[in-house]
Amino acid sequence: MNPVIRLAPVVSASRFGAYRELTIEAPEMAAGARPGQFLNICIQPGGAHLLRRPFSIARADRDGGTVSIVFDPIGLGTQWLGAREKADIVDVVGPLGHGFDVTADPGVDLLVGGGYGTAALAFLAAELEARGGEVHAIVGARSRARLYEDTILDESCASIAVVTDDGTAGVQGLVTDPMPEMIKRFAPRVVFGCGPMAMLRAMAAVAAEAGVPSQLAVEEFMACGVGVCWTCILPVRANGSLKHLRSCTDGPVFDGEAIAWA
Amino acid sequence: MGVDLAITLGGARLANPIVTASGCFGSGKEMSRFVDLRSLGAVVCKTVTPEPRLGISPPRGAETASGMLNAIGLQNPGVAAFREGDLVWLAERNVPAIASVGGHSVADYVRCIEALRGAAGLVAIELNLSCPNLEDRGFMFALSAERTAEVTAAARAASDVPVFCKLSPDVTDIVAIAEAATGAGADGLSLINTTLGMAIDPLTFRAKLSTGTGGLSGPAIKPIAVRCIWQVHRALPHVPIIGMGGIAGVEDAVEMILAGATAVAVGTANFYDPTATETIARALADFCEAHGIAALDEIRGQVKIEG
Repeated sequence: MNPVIRLAPVVSASRFGAYRELTIEAPEMAAGARPGQFLNICIQPGGAHLLRRPFSIARADRDGGTVSIVFDPIGLGTQWLGAREKADIVDVVGPLGHGFDVTADPGVDLLVGGGYGTAALAFLAAELEARGGEVHAIVGARSRARLYEDTILDESCASIAVVTDDGTAGVQGLVTDPMPEMIKRFAPRVVFGCGPMAMLRAMAAVAAEAGVPSQLAVEEFMACGVGVCWTCILPVRANGSLKHLRSCTDGPVFDGEAIAWA
Repeated sequence: MGVDLAITLGGARLANPIVTASGCFGSGKEMSRFVDLRSLGAVVCKTVTPEPRLGISPPRGAETASGMLNAIGLQNPGVAAFREGDLVWLAERNVPAIASVGGHSVADYVRCIEALRGAAGLVAIELNLSCPNLEDRGFMFALSAERTAEVTAAARAASDVPVFCKLSPDVTDIVAIAEAATGAGADGLSLINTTLGMAIDPLTFRAKLSTGTGGLSGPAIKPIAVRCIWQVHRALPHVPIIGMGGIAGVEDAVEMILAGATAVAVGTANFYDPTATETIARALADFCEAHGIAALDEIRGQVKIEG
């Protein structure tokens, strides 16, 4: 669907461990949103910080007409957004970007998420499961408080491996540690990933080593989110040459093997 | 009732004075999801060069107070692909196009202009003179009156449509550069390009742009733009000016017209409000009606300075 710009009321604002979840009423966005797409949200309307901030869509409730995002309130924009309450109004553009490609016939897939990046994968897991696929997931974070846990993910996945840097939940280690074993055991068609760039890079390497294609949702600074500013480019190799593709309109989901990591 | 907003820009007739700032609107395709391009005077496209350019490595942008820094490195598909793709797309929709051309030598600008000759729907060419001139130790053309005149004269001779020179505010005397451009045949001026800035992350000690410095845009630079337009209009009252730099609302557009602008381009505002151009174009008619302005000629350059 074409993205829209609108003022949307907050229908719920809640805490999720260290994270915040914001659900807004935007029926046309809920109807058209695909896993991996994002919303671009204005922070501090009328203030000196003009640029919108991009957030992966964590959930789209088509019947209820709402979309949700999950974020870590660490920066200026996320703190402002984290202070929103029910009935507050936010200025949103979306849904934007290409989501994950889920058009292949149902099969076995592996989802690997880091921190709040797992939220976008919960949306994807539900979609894959609804299409008749078998979904396995590895979810990781620095610690238990930063682990994104979600009933939708639980219900959609045949198995979930939990990993934390400090061992406060699941197994101590990195999300990439269980990947070779899970790839061997479940033989997924695709590894879907969402998380910080360094983590995505490691995921891409492990998936490539195992000969499994990966689809990764990247995070880059974006001034516009709609394809015109060319600030959010990601270096990608295509047909033997390097291209600078826009994370917003050409992504944010890219083939992990094609990304030319810095 | 029925304010006539039509303007003439160095011979090019536009339905209204609201256009887009180069590099802030693509060629309109992406933005047509949010605005009716026919509501604008023209689309000023992103700068093209003779050959495709990959642009610089990220990070390419950083937010600053009331603005942003960018350094893209003129990423573009090359003038030929632009003419066959975006220009045709705009012409098919009857949207007047102004092409922005750049390069590292006078010959580069001429090559671009020659490649655009006769293109349907092309109403003017804007010379992006903030490109580094490799024939002049990498200094921007717009920093020197002599280099500005040289490239403008060559461009004017090669072009079959009006030529506008987009100048940098980062000069000691912008009037001298403006006079050099018009003296060499420029049909009009675009004021202003971004002003050079820099931002550093205090925690990592890293510059926020991969190039260190970049162009500052947005409302933060609007007073600089208004000043430049006013200075140049006062010296060259008959030269049409496309004013730009921090336009975010209709009042900003009126401010630039009062300083002397004939047209007004919306830039960075497109990034955070993708409907900004159409909103401003429609609001301008309402503003004129509400304030009893029958034509924009009545207020152009009519700033009052008292004291």
